[in-house]
Amino acid sequence: MKHIHNFTISSNERQNEEFVVLTLNCEAGELPAMVPGQFAEVRVPNEPAAYLRRPLSIHDVDYQKRQIKLLVQEVGKGTRALCALPVGSIVNLVYPLGKGYSLPESKEVLLIGGGCGVAPLLFLGRYLKSHSIKPRFLIGTRTASSLVSIDAYRELGEVMITTEDGTAGTKGYVIHHPVMRTETPDFKQIYTCGPEPMMRILAKYANKYNISCQVSLENHMACGIGACLCCVTKTQDGHKCVCTEGPVFDSKYLQW
Amino acid sequence: MVDLSVKIGALQLKNPVMTASGTFGYGREYEDFIDINELGGIVVKGTTREAKQGNDYPRMAETAMGMLNAVGLQNVGVDSFIKDIYPGLTKYQTNVLVNVSGSTIEDYIETASKINELEAIPGIELNISCPNVKEGGMAFGVSCQSAEAVTLAVRKVYKKHLMVKLSPNVTDIVEIAKAVEGSGADSVSLINTLLGMAIDSHSRRAVLSTVTGGLSGPAVKPIALRMVWQVAKGVKIPVIGMGGISSAEDAIEFLLAGANAVQIGTANFVDPAVTIKVIEGIKRYLNLHKIESVGELVGALSVEK
Ligand SMILES: Cc1cc2nc3c(=O)[nH]c(=O)nc-3n(C[C@H](O)[C@H](O)[C@H](O)COP(=O)(O)OP(=O)(O)OC[C@H]3O[C@@H](n4cnc5c(N)ncnc54)[C@H](O)[C@@H]3O)c2cc1C
Ligand SMILES: Cc1cc2nc3c(=O)[nH]c(=O)nc-3n(C[C@H](O)[C@H](O)[C@H](O)COP(=O)(O)O)c2cc1C
Ligand code: FES
Repeated sequence: MKHIHNFTISSNERQNEEFVVLTLNCEAGELPAMVPGQFAEVRVPNEPAAYLRRPLSIHDVDYQKRQIKLLVQEVGKGTRALCALPVGSIVNLVYPLGKGYSLPESKEVLLIGGGCGVAPLLFLGRYLKSHSIKPRFLIGTRTASSLVSIDAYRELGEVMITTEDGTAGTKGYVIHHPVMRTETPDFKQIYTCGPEPMMRILAKYANKYNISCQVSLENHMACGIGACLCCVTKTQDGHKCVCTEGPVFDSKYLQW
Repeated sequence: MVDLSVKIGALQLKNPVMTASGTFGYGREYEDFIDINELGGIVVKGTTREAKQGNDYPRMAETAMGMLNAVGLQNVGVDSFIKDIYPGLTKYQTNVLVNVSGSTIEDYIETASKINELEAIPGIELNISCPNVKEGGMAFGVSCQSAEAVTLAVRKVYKKHLMVKLSPNVTDIVEIAKAVEGSGADSVSLINTLLGMAIDSHSRRAVLSTVTGGLSGPAVKPIALRMVWQVAKGVKIPVIGMGGISSAEDAIEFLLAGANAVQIGTANFVDPAVTIKVIEGIKRYLNLHKIESVGELVGALSVEK
């Protein structure tokens, strides 16, 4: 069931120039059960220029503490205003929305994130681990200083890195990492979220090696609940709403 | 106890708050947030003779206090609506209206006559004002002649409440309102979205796949209010006002301007429970001002110096 709840910001941790991690405490009581890949539609307080809510992935959940974390990349007015919120601010969320990632058929999984696409992967890694699946992460960014939450990922499993300028890990894009460049990949399931060009390349790669690939789309949204039909993507069955049928899709289902 | 009920022709509404077509899905999308039965009515998604895939993505652009959409009437078509969606709507204890769209008069007639057979649907809202489909919709709503023709034709086959939704993209909306009144409409609703566009200066491209789209939300409220006021003075049939309503105060302004009821659209996206808050707010307002019935507000605008 979806909810509208007020949350109080209990910490605002700036990671670097672009990224902030917000920790939110639920004022209404128990958190509803959530699945990684699901998102919240967040009302931006004190910013009339951001009229519509902003969709943000659930980055991490602590049911006991009734806390969720959001990883926010500053790209415009709404995300900038959210990143500037002081501890104690109230934000209103409509959540949990959409269909998240589903458990793999094989235990050999690789979680690939780029840009703010790393946001759902921490929760996903934790979720997989609780189902006795050891997550491995491959994270690509522009430069070393844009890497965020790496220690949190390391607690869950192996972390591989690529940077476009070579300041950390392998130089290049995720697809250039040695783990992707062998003719016999040692994983049977890709989970990915990030810029669409990256995910399209990964979908092709998955096809070639007969690997299953779940991608998470970030189409622009108005309602987030399937009412406006603004967020569609083309699938084998025609236009489907990313907010309700996704954001996570099997890459083969999309008309890419 | 204040009386919130209103009558729109043969329609009995428990309060004057309805939801606007295309912003409320088929009601079920909001069931987690509100009790649909508490609303005066809902108008479900624009429905056409054949299924429509709608326009390409991107279909949405946020603007100052509003948004542009170019959904293009994506819907399952009237047959699938009747088979797959209608059964789920029959449980609602409120007025469920179907918004009917088309590209030709035959389309409108075909869809309306099929919906005429549905017992749980007490009325249709004839959409002659959608700016987002190439070959029609709005074309009917922008001239008196074609508005008349389509209303007359549908009136012949549709026996229940016929609400006609007007386009604001015209020189004189009162003329069109009078034309549909004269052709047998039971009420008029206004406004549909205003034709607009958005450009991304960085990429030097249009934001919407269709370049132009329909503007809605608080940004359009002053225009909508003015049009409702003009139309309410010009016709005798009931008027349903909409355009940017987000609070009880907004809704009351439309009633004062002459609307018998209101519809809430884009504001549902910002607060999925806004409709219930508006109903509560109207109740508080009536109590505060010791007004017994919401009907007393309709057209009560004072313009005397
Ligand atoms: C399901 C989903 C999950 C998401 N998860 C996260 C997350 O965990 N962390 C995060 O930082 N971001 C996430 N995003 C993207 C985030 O919603 C947008 O970055 C945000 O809405 C931009 O708002 P703004 O006001 O800052 O930008 P605006 O000022 O509105 O626009 C600035 C720029 O951002 C682009 N933009 C606007 N909306 C989006 C969008 N929905 N997606 C991509 N680009 C957009 C615009 O085209 C423009 O170029 C997610 C998006 C979706 C759909
Ligand atoms: C995403 C979206 C889809 C819409 N679809 C329809 C539609 O199918 N038929 C119709 O008559 N109006 C449609 N409208 C117009 C609304 O019903 C309403 O007339 C308009 O948005 C103004 O009201 P508002 O400012 O409260 O949203 C749509 C509006 C939006 C924002
Ligand atoms: S954002 Fe409204 S339907 Fe997906």
